[in-house]
Amino acid sequence: MNLSSPSGMSERRITKDRATLSPRPNLFDYDAERSRFDWANAWKLLDGLPGGRGYNIAHEAVDRHATGSRADKVAIRWIGKTGERRDFTYGDLRNETNRFANALAGLGVRPGERVFILMGRLPELYVAVLGTLKACCVASPLFSAFGPEPIATRVGIGEGHVLITTPELYRRKVQAVRDKMPSLSHVILVGDGEVDGPGLHRWPSLMHAASPDYTIAPTDPEDMALLHFTSGTTGRPKGAVHVHGAVVAHHVTGLYALDLHEDDIYWCTADPGWVTGTSYGILAPLTNGVTSIVVEAEFDAQTWYSTLERERVSVWYSAPTAIRMMMRLGAEAAKGYDLSALRFMASVGEPLNPEAVVWGLEAFGLPFHDNWWQTETGGIMIANLAALDIKPGSMGVPLPGIEAAILRHEKGRNVELIEELMVEGELALRKGWPSMMRGYLNEEERYRKCFVGDWYLTGDLAKRDADGYYWFVGRADDVIKSAGHLIGPFEVESALMEHPAVAEAGVIGKPDPVVGEIVKAFVSLKAGYEPSESLRKELLGHGRKRLGPAVAPKEIDFSANLPKTRSGKIMRRLLKSRELGLPEGDLSTLESDEK
Amino acid sequence: MTEAEIRRLACEILSDIAPDTDPATLAGDKDIREGLDIDSMDFLNFIIGLNKRAGVAIPEEDYPKLFTMDGVVAHLIRETQDLPGAQ
Repeated sequence: MNLSSPSGMSERRITKDRATLSPRPNLFDYDAERSRFDWANAWKLLDGLPGGRGYNIAHEAVDRHATGSRADKVAIRWIGKTGERRDFTYGDLRNETNRFANALAGLGVRPGERVFILMGRLPELYVAVLGTLKACCVASPLFSAFGPEPIATRVGIGEGHVLITTPELYRRKVQAVRDKMPSLSHVILVGDGEVDGPGLHRWPSLMHAASPDYTIAPTDPEDMALLHFTSGTTGRPKGAVHVHGAVVAHHVTGLYALDLHEDDIYWCTADPGWVTGTSYGILAPLTNGVTSIVVEAEFDAQTWYSTLERERVSVWYSAPTAIRMMMRLGAEAAKGYDLSALRFMASVGEPLNPEAVVWGLEAFGLPFHDNWWQTETGGIMIANLAALDIKPGSMGVPLPGIEAAILRHEKGRNVELIEELMVEGELALRKGWPSMMRGYLNEEERYRKCFVGDWYLTGDLAKRDADGYYWFVGRADDVIKSAGHLIGPFEVESALMEHPAVAEAGVIGKPDPVVGEIVKAFVSLKAGYEPSESLRKELLGHGRKRLGPAVAPKEIDFSANLPKTRSGKIMRRLLKSRELGLPEGDLSTLESDEK
Repeated sequence: MTEAEIRRLACEILSDIAPDTDPATLAGDKDIREGLDIDSMDFLNFIIGLNKRAGVAIPEEDYPKLFTMDGVVAHLIRETQDLPGAQ
C-alpha cells in the first residue's frame, strides 16, 4: 500500500493494488457489485428458519452453524479481566442460548416483551441477547457506565419486562430507581452478591433448570428484535426499533465492509450497550461464521496490543477515541508486538482524523478504514473498503444496496438534491434497506420527522467528492458526540436541574483532541446560592450519580444568566460559540443574556 | 514523597474528578477505574493531575501501573525519590 498526494497536501490517498490483496476482498469490484446488487437476492446468503418459518437473527447467527460444519468451531472467545479465557463453540452457543430462551419462557415472558441487559462484557450478556432473540422477545443492551437516571428512563420508555444485570450493578444503579420501572417483572442476576428486591432470579439456577433444546417459533422478518437507544437534541432518548430482517444487512455489511472471511479472528472493541457492539460485536461476525474475540477489560493501549498479538486477530473494528489514545503511546509501541496476523482494520463512531488513518500505516503497516452509520441505520452504510483506495478523513463510499445523497431543505420542505461536488448539505439515504429502523418506540411524530419523501435524513452534514467519497462536516443539531457516543443535551440538563441549587442549565459538546467532544454544562443558580468551588464539585458529583460517567458533564461553569430565545429556549449554539471564541452569528432571536 | 502524601494527593485529584465517591475507602488493590466508576477520559485527567501536582513525568507505557492505589503509591515513591528535595 502506498500513500500518495496526487493533488498536493489537500487530498492524500492511500492507494492499493487490489490484485495483490490476500485473501481476495469479498467486495472486489465495487462498481460491478453496486450495479448488480439487490437486497432481494441477498436473502439467499441466509438460511431462514427450517420449513420456511421466516427469519430469526439468532438462527442465522448461531443455529445454522451449530447444525452444520461449524458446530465445533469457536464462535466466541471470551477473555476476562484477569486473563481467564472461555471458548464457546457454535454448538455450545446454541445450547446456552436455547437454555436461556427456555428460561424466559419458564418465567412466563412472552414474545415481543422487552428484555434489557445491563452488564459488562460477560459471556452471559452474549447468551442473553441471542437467547432473547430466539424467544422472539426484544433485546435491549444498555451500557453499564450509565447511571440510574439513564437506565430508568430507557427501561421506562422500552417498557422493560426483564432486566439481566449483576448484583453489584443492581445495588449501585437499579435499586434506588426500581419504583420508576413499574413494567419490570423479573430481574435475573449474574454472579454472586446479596441483593433484595421483587422478582429476583439467579442466572445459574434458571439455566440449570432449563433444557438445551429449543425450537424457534415462526418469526416474521418484520418482527421487532432489537431496541437501541439514541439521543436527540430535545426530549427523552429515542428507542430505535430494529427487526429480525435486519440480519441480512448485518450479514452483508460484515462481508463487504469488514471483509470477513471464514478463517478470520475478529475483534470488535465496542460495548454491546452501543449499537456497534451489538450489530458488529455480536451479530455480524456470528452470521458470517467467524471466531469473535470478546474482551471484558476496559481500554488500555498495551493490553490491546497484546490482545491483538496473542489472539492472532486478523480483522479489527475499533473507534477513533481508542486509536487516538494508542497514538499517544507512539507508533514504536506497536513494534514490540507480532501483529502479523492483522490484515484489515476499520473504525467507526466519529470521523477518524486523517493523521490517525495514516498513523495506522506507520504503526501497523495497515491503514484504518473509516466507515459511517448510525443507531437508526442498524448497519454500516458508507465505508472505506478493502479493495478501494482510502481517502484519509473521508467516510468512504456507499455500500452496494445503499443510495446516499446530499440534500438541501428547510425543515423538511423545499427539498433539493445537491449535485455539485464538495457542497455541504444534509446526508440522506434512500429508505428501504433491511436494517433501517422501523420506528422510535411510541414516538411516531419524531420518527416521521426523520423522513422527507423517499429519503431518511441522518442529521449529519456532509459533502461528496468527484469519486463518490463522502466527507463528514458536522452535526445539523446540538447533539454531543463523546467517545463516539451520542449524548442528548436535554437529558443532561434535566438531571442537573433536579439539583436544588440549579435554576437553568445549558449543555454543549466542547471539542477535545482525544474523545471528540466532552460534555460541558453551564448553569445558573437559584436565588440564595452562590457559585463556589465546592458547589461546582457537588454538581459534578450529582451529575455522575444520576447519569453515570459516560453521560455526566466533565466540566461545569457558572453563569449568571444563560442566553435564551424569546420562547425561553436556551441557545446552546451561542454558548458553544462563546466557549470556542467563535463569531456569535445570528442573534436576532436572542432575548435574554448575561451581558 | 511519602506514602501518606501520595495517597492524600491521589485521593484529592480523584475526588475532584469523581466528587460523588470517596477514594480513601478504595481497597489498595482494586482497579480505580472500576471502583470509582471513572471512564478512560477521567483516568487520563487523573494521570495529568498526578503529573502536574507530583511533578513527575508519567509516560503512557506506565499507565497500567497506576490502575490501583497500591500501584500509584509504588510508582510515585520510586519516581519521586530522585527529585531534588527528596530524602
